[in-house]
Amino acid sequence: MLKDATAIVGIGQTAFAKQLPETEKALACRAILAALDDAGIAPSEVDAFASYTMEETDEVEVAKAIGAGDVTFFSKVGYGGGGSCATVGHLAAAVATGQASVGVAWRSRKRGSGPRPWKNTAVQLPTPGQWTRPYGLLRPADEIGMLARRYMHEYGATRDHLFNVALACRNRANQNPAAIMYERPLTREMYMTSRWISEPLCLFDNCLETDGALACVVVSAARARDCRQKPVYVHSAAQGLPAQHHGMVNYWNDDPLTGPAWTAARHLWKTADFGPQDVDVAQIYDAFTPLIPLSLEGYGFCGRGEGAAFTEGGALELGGRLPLNTGGGGLSEAYVHGFNLITEGVKQLRGTSTAQVPSAATCLVTAGEGVPTSALLLRS
Amino acid sequence: MLNPVIDEDGAPFWEFTARGELRIQACAEEDCGELRFPPRPCCPHCQSFATEWRLMSGRGRIWSYVLPHPPLLPDYAAQAPYNAVLVELADAPRIRLAGNVVTAPDAPLNSLDPARLRIGAPVRVAFTEIDGVAVPRWLLERG
Repeated sequence: MLKDATAIVGIGQTAFAKQLPETEKALACRAILAALDDAGIAPSEVDAFASYTMEETDEVEVAKAIGAGDVTFFSKVGYGGGGSCATVGHLAAAVATGQASVGVAWRSRKRGSGPRPWKNTAVQLPTPGQWTRPYGLLRPADEIGMLARRYMHEYGATRDHLFNVALACRNRANQNPAAIMYERPLTREMYMTSRWISEPLCLFDNCLETDGALACVVVSAARARDCRQKPVYVHSAAQGLPAQHHGMVNYWNDDPLTGPAWTAARHLWKTADFGPQDVDVAQIYDAFTPLIPLSLEGYGFCGRGEGAAFTEGGALELGGRLPLNTGGGGLSEAYVHGFNLITEGVKQLRGTSTAQVPSAATCLVTAGEGVPTSALLLRS
Repeated sequence: MLNPVIDEDGAPFWEFTARGELRIQACAEEDCGELRFPPRPCCPHCQSFATEWRLMSGRGRIWSYVLPHPPLLPDYAAQAPYNAVLVELADAPRIRLAGNVVTAPDAPLNSLDPARLRIGAPVRVAFTEIDGVAVPRWLLERG
């Protein structure tokens, strides 16, 4: 049983910026060493690694650089931002089943200053692209915008609902000195008059491409009690690849508006001692604002088609029904493939967030919706 | 422009478009016959590898659309904002094809006034050749 058998005991991160001088490998090492220091665990004790398939810095290089001991478990999770929570899930499973004792998950990324695949014509496009790319559906914003337009049409969702999401994330970033948007408030006027990226999505519906790295350390619950920090238990973990799913463009599913979140959620709640109504704070993957109403529905915070209305009346703000992305999220803190959502969840349950939800004891963290995804329930 | 990177499963689709036909892969098992898209080696309903390509009427309705703006790849940026649509086929509403609605098969991607686009609008297929590949385009039905 995975439930509460393991805990996150260390978190670490580098600065977040549009451009950082160091390599992804150096940033990865800095974040991992910071997380181990936070946990009070020596690098030589690390025997498990997990990251994303899109991570350029592999475990061989990282283990060598930080001075890890013999490594007995390593794993990479596919599908970009869908992998974040699964890295912790894989480590938790490895530690709980005795395959390793100290696991490190990480993500290092230079997308603020580095290349983006949809800007490079020389790159051979992956095969599924033959059904979308020739028509100019080139970027994730175009692909998610398609679902957003349909969602707005079916359920009466408006740009004001999407603004509610962008604003909640920005307001939290304004409280977080590490966030890229720390000193940059957002107004409705700014949102409504900003340039289009892919109508119906405007500039502020899109995440911040960022340079930076983050890491966390997973150990057994027994070991966690002796660590430097208050343990944050991995209560439930799930991945989600729905039947007939097609990565990014879930267009050929019977119901494209019920994406991978629904699949991950069913398993996540099945193995949990609490339900959506008991979640104190949520860190929901926000590469694009429409992913929030879709995820609110998928993870069961409201019914089908009610995700947009859920955002009304300050529900996602501090003091609201479900404080969201309290570090600022991908929209306003940093977009490092969603790994900052995990570390922010840990901060909330330690009571050390810059936008602390009073006595938060349970947190949902999710990974990229629209792609094969993953999610975690954390508890203190 | 990006030409489709055609794989073995998808090749028949493009061979048929070259003949001006919109065909969708279907299970050739007598008691199944399910359509499927994108193409793949076997039927997800009955696991049969027997495959046929069924001719569609070429009529459909707009399921959703976006209007991409730059930054985009140069060829696309030159025509932006253009529309990219998802068309649900009249013969098989669960089959949705990405495409572009244009005023004529060879017209630019931005040839149609976006104000004329709406979800549910009926469209019909036409084909245009781009670098040797016959690519489906969509025209608004009159009325």
